Amino acid sequence: MDAMLLDYLPILIFFGIAAVIGLGFMLAAFVIAPSRPDPEKVSTYECGFNAFDDARMKFDVRFYLVAILFIIFDLEVAFLFPWAVTLGEHLGPFEFWSMMVFLTVLTIGFIYELKKGALDWE
Amino acid sequence: MSDLVSQFGPLWGTLAVLGQILGFVIVLLISLAFLLLMDRKVWAAVQMRKGPNVVGAFGLLQSFADFFKFVFKEIVVPAGADRSLYLLAPLITLILAFVTWAVVPVAPGWVIADINVGILYLFAMSSLGVYGIIIGGWASNSKYPFLGALRSAAQMVSYEVSIGFIIVTVLLFAGSMSLSDIVAIQDGGFWNWNVLSFHAWPMPMFLVMIPMAVIFFISALAETNRPPFDLPEAESELVAGYQVEYSSTPYLLFMVGEYLNIVLMCAMTTILFFGGWNSPIPDGFVDNWPYLAAQAWHFFWFAAKVVFFFFMFAMVKALVPRYRYDQLMRLGWKIFLPTSLVAVALVGAAVVYGPQG
Repeated sequence: MDAMLLDYLPILIFFGIAAVIGLGFMLAAFVIAPSRPDPEKVSTYECGFNAFDDARMKFDVRFYLVAILFIIFDLEVAFLFPWAVTLGEHLGPFEFWSMMVFLTVLTIGFIYELKKGALDWE
Repeated sequence: MSDLVSQFGPLWGTLAVLGQILGFVIVLLISLAFLLLMDRKVWAAVQMRKGPNVVGAFGLLQSFADFFKFVFKEIVVPAGADRSLYLLAPLITLILAFVTWAVVPVAPGWVIADINVGILYLFAMSSLGVYGIIIGGWASNSKYPFLGALRSAAQMVSYEVSIGFIIVTVLLFAGSMSLSDIVAIQDGGFWNWNVLSFHAWPMPMFLVMIPMAVIFFISALAETNRPPFDLPEAESELVAGYQVEYSSTPYLLFMVGEYLNIVLMCAMTTILFFGGWNSPIPDGFVDNWPYLAAQAWHFFWFAAKVVFFFFMFAMVKALVPRYRYDQLMRLGWKIFLPTSLVAVALVGAAVVYGPQG
């Protein structure tokens, strides 16, 4: 097997062990613990009265905006990672300033977003 | 641990890896049991209470008693819930919290998987952690968990961005994504730790890195939904957030996953900023020690630092009042994000134009 892939084998085994532990805990409760459901017990919790309707309702659009912004910035961080690792040793001032231009463009977009009030939670 | 496979052959090598991981997981779970107790004890001490003190001497066995109590409780699946997703969510949280630990070096060479993109792996796995919470909140089909999951997801992704930028500042110094390399550049005394960064002398990088370490610590609090950022489970408004409908071991899995993440964040603070397994004094003298003694020396410093940061987590929980949601989002997006962005530019400039550049 490839030596690099072999480095990831322990992670795969770790994943398996974690899954076994999690499933083991859960099955233990299924086997040992009592199971006596009744309509009151399995009804969803809602401060003392029966649930009105389905809980999967419309939610605030700002959560969506935050998610979109997150994607942009997380991608930006992903771009920065290889740049950061090689800067100084392999990359010089030119690459540094190119990244600064890239960051400036993103910052302008971010400022626009702020001015639009996308991140105001009142 | 690819060297183990080449040393012992595919079968015995894999078994050796398996043994290592089992040992690691057992040590991790047992230390977690005592850290949980420590969390409660610190909290109790701040409030002038005794905390758990009945099970075992000083309540030392409290967490084990709690574990058995969880196992003997009934698993209640709400009527409207999506049964398979409902049970899958805590499992995802636990597995992701566990596998992230595979790349954490606890002493020189003592790491389950020494992959060359360790920090990227950590970053990816902690991003995936949101899924467990979102799925759990949605599958419960109850209003409080649903709102809690939404809040939690938005909060975690917000602070992940600034965590990402802070990691970049450390990468600029280390020039490698392997956690072992990041620790290795910080040896030779506490002034070389990334938080003070005297390895970049004569650049006064501590002016940038001390604020970065503080921001990282605060973001870690928000990322793990710890007080003062525990809005997803704010008991006065959302009861317990995404875990309202969970009982018995599914709840236990959520809790263990959450605490594993907290300790992982303490370990990451240690590795990225506080020298990992390096001792605060130049420790060239341990080279002459027997292998195991030297490893124990390094492991002691790693564990001591992690426990110290866990203590800080517990103290913050006891001392600081909870944030409001708009304050939380403002802090993340309008203060931490621009600050860490500027720090990336400053550290980048120091690396390019500094003496090493």
